[in-house]
Amino acid sequence: MNTEVPIPAIQSQQYCAGLRADFPILNEKPYGKPLIYFDNAATSQKPAIVIEALQEYYATYNANIHRGVHFLSQKASQAFDDVRVKVQEFIHASSEREIIFTRGTTESVNLVAATYGRKNIGAGDEIIVSAMEHHSNIVPWQLLCEEKGAKLRVIEMNDAGELIIDSFKSLLNEKTKFVAIVHTSNSLGTINPVKEIIALAHERNIPVLVDGAQAVAHSKIDVQDLDCDFFAFSGHKMFGPTGVGVLYGKLNLLENMPPYQGGGEMIHSVSFEKTTFNEVPFKFEAGTPNIADVIALGTAIDYMNGIDLNSVAAFEQELLAHATEGLKKIPHVKLIGTASKKSSVVSFVIEGVNALDAGMYLDTLGIAVRTGLHCTEPVMQRFGIPGTIRASFMFYNTFTEIDQLLDGVKKAIQLLRRD
Amino acid sequence: MKSVAEHEAEIIENFELFDEWTDKYQYIIELGQKLPPLDEQFKTDDRKIKGCQSSVWLNAYEKDGNVFFEADSDSTFVKGEIALLIQVLSGQSPDAIVNAQLGFIDAIGLRQHVAVTRANGLAAMIKQMKLYALGISSTTKQQQ
Repeated sequence: MNTEVPIPAIQSQQYCAGLRADFPILNEKPYGKPLIYFDNAATSQKPAIVIEALQEYYATYNANIHRGVHFLSQKASQAFDDVRVKVQEFIHASSEREIIFTRGTTESVNLVAATYGRKNIGAGDEIIVSAMEHHSNIVPWQLLCEEKGAKLRVIEMNDAGELIIDSFKSLLNEKTKFVAIVHTSNSLGTINPVKEIIALAHERNIPVLVDGAQAVAHSKIDVQDLDCDFFAFSGHKMFGPTGVGVLYGKLNLLENMPPYQGGGEMIHSVSFEKTTFNEVPFKFEAGTPNIADVIALGTAIDYMNGIDLNSVAAFEQELLAHATEGLKKIPHVKLIGTASKKSSVVSFVIEGVNALDAGMYLDTLGIAVRTGLHCTEPVMQRFGIPGTIRASFMFYNTFTEIDQLLDGVKKAIQLLRRD
Repeated sequence: MKSVAEHEAEIIENFELFDEWTDKYQYIIELGQKLPPLDEQFKTDDRKIKGCQSSVWLNAYEKDGNVFFEADSDSTFVKGEIALLIQVLSGQSPDAIVNAQLGFIDAIGLRQHVAVTRANGLAAMIKQMKLYALGISSTTKQQQ
């Protein structure tokens, strides 16, 4: 639990309760029961202003951008281009040219593997990832290793689900050419010491990519302070629409990377003899971009800029503590992921109860949780379990909702566990 | 011996007692808890149907020209689904199994809860049962 935030509990609770009204979906009633949405690590819900931004774009200024001479195209181009600056400020990048729009974290990682990776990784080289990576930050590197004859090395973690820094240090050697590390684990909630990892890698001039998918909605990100070389995240996990994400990269690295996909927008001039490419970031954005979702991502950033992130973070830590304490008291429940620094995620197993059965039971109560591997199969192998039940909280959740989850878990045990 | 259609009608009638999904869920769990476990010797990899979140072991055998199924899963809910499929398909002729439309899955409101997600291997289970029936049917025809 993060204890360093000194905001009075009741104040942050009241503040966050007020934000609930911004999210229309929270009034939904699955099976006639009030929705309790605890699948925020999979995707966050959207405030009304984000939904309205999408509607407004399509209803009033839908047009293709950067080429049209007409009013709508210029308005859409301006709105689109403004978001690049918003993202730059949001993660404190030094230039808007360091912001590349992608489909999401997965594509951002794949882009780096396919461009920087293909150019700079060779036979016998090593790439380091961690034991708690999402499949999205494993498979692109595995594919690259297979193609190049390189090797994937894995930072170990302890039983609490914390990375072992000594394990990382022991992996670093002259063959290490890249480090790809998750900021906050989606299945365990662990917040990793990425700044320390980056500093250690940089001592040997090894670039580091940070998978920030689970971090952006819960903490202030400063890529210059982290000094990461690449930072990947998705819009939909931070109150924005699906289908849009960001890759941040240091400008000098981006400028030396080959293009990712070929097509319109990414070219400077084309002839059948020779094509010259557009400058960064457009070189990496082939085709008509996801204009509507980029614009709505900008609105999501406006929303986040308008809320008090300290109060929100403090309250989310209280939700986490409340759920953790409650689950610990229920017999047969075992928490998976008990790191000292955690995001608002509880992952657990119930001895003698299948996770899918329990998740489906909670669903009948209107409680949305995720069950299974959470796209982190190696994590489940590490803990020797077939999967977990995961409840992930956002500031718009409440203590009462968590009490209902705890009650639901107790009932699931009564119904499903055979003693 | 009831036909596939008669079994399906019976299941649909049973489910009509429940209005709410929560009651249907609990009934399927009860069916799963009552399903006899599969003998350990049949829990082999070649009998395993791997879903994203649950595993199913399905064993089939032929007797007097009909196909019989027995199965198990690590999920009680999936076992409940298996119990329904066994009720409808086990003991039927290979042709009846291959041609079964299994409309009851829609009619009892099960499809909307399981078929659209990868979590549940219902579709894979049905496919495997039909493949077994097809295999047995072609073996029988070759022998004739």
